[in-house]
Amino acid sequence: MLTNPIYFDHASSTPVHPEVLKSLSELSAVHYANSESLHEAGLTIQTMMRKSREAIASLLGVLATDITFTSGATESNNILIKGIAFAYQHKGKHLITTSVEHSSVLESFQDLEKFFGFEVTYLPVDNEGRIKSEDLKKALRNDTTLVSIMAVNNETGTIMPIQECAQIIHSYSQAIFHVDGVQALGKIDLNLSTIDCASFSAHKINGVKGSGIIVKKKNVQCHPLITGGSQEEGLRPGTPNAIHHILFAKTLRLALNQDKSWIRSIKSYLVDEFNQMDGIVINSPMNGCSDYILNISCLKVPSQIMLNWLNQHRIYVSAMATCLNRDAQPSHVLEVMGFEGNRLNGVIRISIGYTNTMEEAKTLISIIKEGIVKYGRD
Amino acid sequence: MAEIKTDRILVRFGELSNKGKNRNLFVRQLIQNLKYQLSNYPDIRYRNQFDRIMIELNGADSDEVLERARHVFGIRSLSPVVVTPMDFELINEASLELMKQEKVGTFKVDTNRKDKTLNFKSNDLNLSVAKTILSQTEHRVDVHNPDIRIRIDVDAEKASIAVKTVLGAQGFPIGVGGKALLLLSGGIDSPVAGYYTMKRGVEIECIHFAAPPYTTIQALDKVKQLAEKLCVYQPRIKLHVVPFTEIQLEIYKKAHPAYTVVLMRRAMMKIAERVMHENKMLALVSGESLGQVASQTLQSMASIQDAMDGLILRPLLTFDKNDIIDVAKKINTYETSILPYEDCCTIFSVTNPITKPKLKIVLLEEAKCELDELIDVAYKSIETTEIRYHQETYL
Repeated sequence: MLTNPIYFDHASSTPVHPEVLKSLSELSAVHYANSESLHEAGLTIQTMMRKSREAIASLLGVLATDITFTSGATESNNILIKGIAFAYQHKGKHLITTSVEHSSVLESFQDLEKFFGFEVTYLPVDNEGRIKSEDLKKALRNDTTLVSIMAVNNETGTIMPIQECAQIIHSYSQAIFHVDGVQALGKIDLNLSTIDCASFSAHKINGVKGSGIIVKKKNVQCHPLITGGSQEEGLRPGTPNAIHHILFAKTLRLALNQDKSWIRSIKSYLVDEFNQMDGIVINSPMNGCSDYILNISCLKVPSQIMLNWLNQHRIYVSAMATCLNRDAQPSHVLEVMGFEGNRLNGVIRISIGYTNTMEEAKTLISIIKEGIVKYGRD
Repeated sequence: MAEIKTDRILVRFGELSNKGKNRNLFVRQLIQNLKYQLSNYPDIRYRNQFDRIMIELNGADSDEVLERARHVFGIRSLSPVVVTPMDFELINEASLELMKQEKVGTFKVDTNRKDKTLNFKSNDLNLSVAKTILSQTEHRVDVHNPDIRIRIDVDAEKASIAVKTVLGAQGFPIGVGGKALLLLSGGIDSPVAGYYTMKRGVEIECIHFAAPPYTTIQALDKVKQLAEKLCVYQPRIKLHVVPFTEIQLEIYKKAHPAYTVVLMRRAMMKIAERVMHENKMLALVSGESLGQVASQTLQSMASIQDAMDGLILRPLLTFDKNDIIDVAKKINTYETSILPYEDCCTIFSVTNPITKPKLKIVLLEEAKCELDELIDVAYKSIETTEIRYHQETYL
């Protein structure tokens, strides 16, 4: 008989919160009209979207007019990075990001380099995966128009010094500061008052897929990537996925109210166990790391084998960012952190969520132990 | 050390402190309004301590409660209060933590012993707390004109420490001044007029004149949104929506174009007057400001007012437009007011309205129209909804 799957891949996606699911089915059953239609049915949906927008803004400490609904963080990142680079290109064509960003950020910058003649500085990281503020300061130039730094790394959980970066960017340049906040939302404190714009996603915080937001302050210019309508103030035209957007507010409220001590206790159990385990090293930093992500390397078993072994036991984890899994290349994040050989080839990312139990954590540990015994090669 | 948690919120009165015999009435109303505004938090308790009210949070989130209570009229200021056991060490520690969160400046410690049999003097505690703060922060002491007054109330068992002070909404508790009917158009001025009226303790209901199908449901929704914004101050607001189309058509068909605006306003007054009396309200409130548009000259106002018996309040009469806009932004109605939906006035606007109408001519023009029955029908067709401040289930 099959046991229930054990899901430790919450940085990839999360189960939908039952209360969100309930609202989803209630709203979907009734509200099918186009939120842009001028009749009562459309107005009702638009009103709900407005209230959701207001609620999100108040939870994030920004203005309702700062919020744009998108299809997810990949879209948010693309719109903001490319759109801002285009809007300010008369002021300069130099951009800065880090070498450990999510692929939706990195590839946006690579496109700008390759097809539009921008120059991009990719900041290096230390062996904890963190950029140094001096490097940022040195990289800033008169013609730098945009700096994009993720708040929490999706592979290692490393927390970036966002407030420090904001201070440096605003003191030494005119550049716009963008933050990819996907892995930070509802998980660490993120003060948006010093940040010009940010990207977030619902399905990483127990919301529905196909729903993300942009937070963009009024003074930030951004040229839309898609044109053809006035929806979302023209920044993201096209009929909005209204019901999903409406649910973002509830998703966020529930995420912010979650008791985080539970996550912390599971992580600290896992850390203790791995520390004592032969052939395992922890890649996530001990300090300044998200409680939700634990990145380890199995020195004696390559990732792919360990992943398959765990999968046989219906335990689901990732080797690196899920968006890159299929490339079968070693993780660029761990690589720039300076890791190589077995440490790079044996990477496993365990990401914790509210549905996890201590029992599951114990099973995970014992199956990994078993896997090392069975398939370990020195 | 353990996280400092706010246990209570201290509420200081505004102008009602000097209201003599009416004082109890005022305080009772204020507590009732607070309870209503904070009805989402059933565990909160309220203690009337003569010159102030103590809100006991019992687990409610202090930031959220503070944010709500900050908009309740009749409150001069609010302070989060931390309660510790009566122990110098713990009091020092808590005061220090609270001061670390404040902007560096000057302070003074004010201890108040409710129980004078305690085995120390108030000043002993003052000194002890001040020393702790001086040695571990950049704050300085100024006993005459401090930026921050640390208030410590002690009895044999516990101490309550208040450091931060948040400005309240001032004015009088809504309800002590009776009820009035606000003419809510959807523009910038009328919500501001409503705000000032509520601030003086007057409860409001709203009346809006709609001209469907010339006006859209979006325009009406905008009015509802504005009423909803005012719910921050008064959690339930009745909105009376008057179908006004037939009256307007009659006026535009028969009266001289220059007089249509005045006549329309007179018809509105007649209907509003009936709603006002029917619902035992004492005045109409209008967002008119002298000279702003043709219908807001003294001559026009006189001609319009003539149509009704009763008091019309014009809180913005002498305001400049820019000052009104500033307040509209402050009370968060501006962005909604400028949404581009036409109201019944703009749809039927004429190019040359008369700015100094003579009443005699106004009445002659009015006599050309057959309005009485239409006004009666419009009055009877009023739709009343209650706009409330509430949490939607989908949020």
